[in-house]
Formats: sequence, C-alpha cells, structure tokens
Amino acid sequence: MVDVGYCMTVPLSYYITLSAVVFVTGLVGVLIRRNIIIILLSVELMLNATNINFVAFSQHFQNVAGQVFVFFTLTVAAAEVAVGLAIIIALYRSKSSINVDEFRLLKW
Amino acid sequence: MAQAFFLYFAGIIVLTSVLVVALRNPVYSAISLLIMFFHVAGLYVTLHAEFLAAVQIIVYTGAILVLYLFVVMLLNVKREERYHAQFPLAALLGVTILTEGLMLTLNRRFSSEPLPLSGDNGAADAAAGNTETIGEVLYSTYLFPFEVASLILLVAMIGAIVLAKKDITARDR
Repeated sequence: MVDVGYCMTVPLSYYITLSAVVFVTGLVGVLIRRNIIIILLSVELMLNATNINFVAFSQHFQNVAGQVFVFFTLTVAAAEVAVGLAIIIALYRSKSSINVDEFRLLKW
Repeated sequence: MAQAFFLYFAGIIVLTSVLVVALRNPVYSAISLLIMFFHVAGLYVTLHAEFLAAVQIIVYTGAILVLYLFVVMLLNVKREERYHAQFPLAALLGVTILTEGLMLTLNRRFSSEPLPLSGDNGAADAAAGNTETIGEVLYSTYLFPFEVASLILLVAMIGAIVLAKKDITARDR
C-alpha cells in the first residue's frame, strides 16, 4: 500500500504537538541541569523538534524546501557540537569541572 | 496504520527526550538521545523524507552522538549532580509555553486535507524521487546557502581545533 504523496493520514497538528513537547523538554533541560554536556544534549533536542516541524510542513505543503532547511539545520548542529565540545574541553581544563555554576567569571 | 506508526514513534520520542533530561548519568542521557534520533529518523520515513532519515542516522547518531560520548569519556566526570535551583522557573516556563503551543495548535485545527499546491513545485516533487528532488533544489535554488554551510563547517572545524588544543605560548613560558 503505497501512500500517494499528499494523502497525509496523520494530521499536521499531531506533528506540531510532538514537536512542541520535545522542544519544551529541551528547554526545561537547559534550565534545570547543571551538567554542561546535558545542556548541549538538550539543545540538540530542541533542534530536532524544529526539524520534525520542518519535515511535517514540507510534507503538508508538498514543498521540498523544508527538507532542504533541515539539511542546513543539521550543518549548524554539527558546527555547534564541534565548537561547543571544544569549549567544554577548554573549560574543563581551566576549572576541572563541567558544572555550569562554577563558571561565573562574567557574573557579578 | 500510519496513525499507529506515528503514535509509536511519538511515544518513544517523548519518552526518550524526557529521559535525556531526567537521567543523571551523561552516558545514559546520550544513549537515550541515540534512541530518540533513530525514532526521529523513522518518523522521517513515514513522512516520505527518506534522504533525511538516512542523513539523520549518519550525521546525528554516527557523528554528533559519538562525539558527545567521546567527550564524556574524555572528561570522565562521575560525580552525582543535583538539579539546578532554577527548577520552579523552568517548570513555570515549560508549562506556560507548552499550554500556549497546544492551545494554538488544537484551536487552529490544521486540516488534514492537502492545501492547493502552490506553483509548479508540487507535482514535480511527487513524481520524482525524494533524493533527486532534494539534490536538484539544493544545487539550484539553495546553491548560495549550501556554500555558506560549507563555510560554516570550515569555520567550526578551525574553531574547534583552536579552542581544544593546548595553549602553546603558555607552555613555552
């Protein structure tokens, strides 16, 4: 049974709801965790939530541009992970900790 | 049938994303994020985005998550940590945004019937395969953003090397 293109049997609102739940989970994770690696993982959760939205709307409007934008989001996510983990390693080298509460040099 | 697949993937995605935030051990969090990435790829397959599903598995689980696990092992942090004191703020913000989004979504009642296809794009997309279509659009309409993306990757690579390597001048002193 091949689903022909634009017969989306699952309503778009389901995908948006799923995306909203995952995004809020990532947001709460960024706020409540102290481990900086988990904070970066939560940012990945939020990026994935937006990707689900992009693909669902791309299917809904039958326009492939949404999937191209997911491609760019992936690029940015990869760059963010590389730079973010390098920053974490540099921070760990200077403070021997990855607890975000330890890093308050800019806070007064 | 499609609904059953969606419910399965959505359930696992929500469960594992909550586990990513809730689990204390960073390795367990990364593993549950791995499961979440696989199920997001499955969701892409049900949405007829096969190319993105493959890219999701290769890039996210193959590259990004391995990098995370590598750093977790490199830092070797075993200490238990409590949740942050911002918990009430996070709960308030999360509940507010979630209810707002859900009310918007469920009130607007996005119809499941397709909208009238805008322009000539739609018919061609349905006819050609997914990967071919993405390739054609990516290398024609979005050629400049594609090049900018390659530049971003180059800058990120250089930045990561510069940030993570030891300070040479400090060692010389």
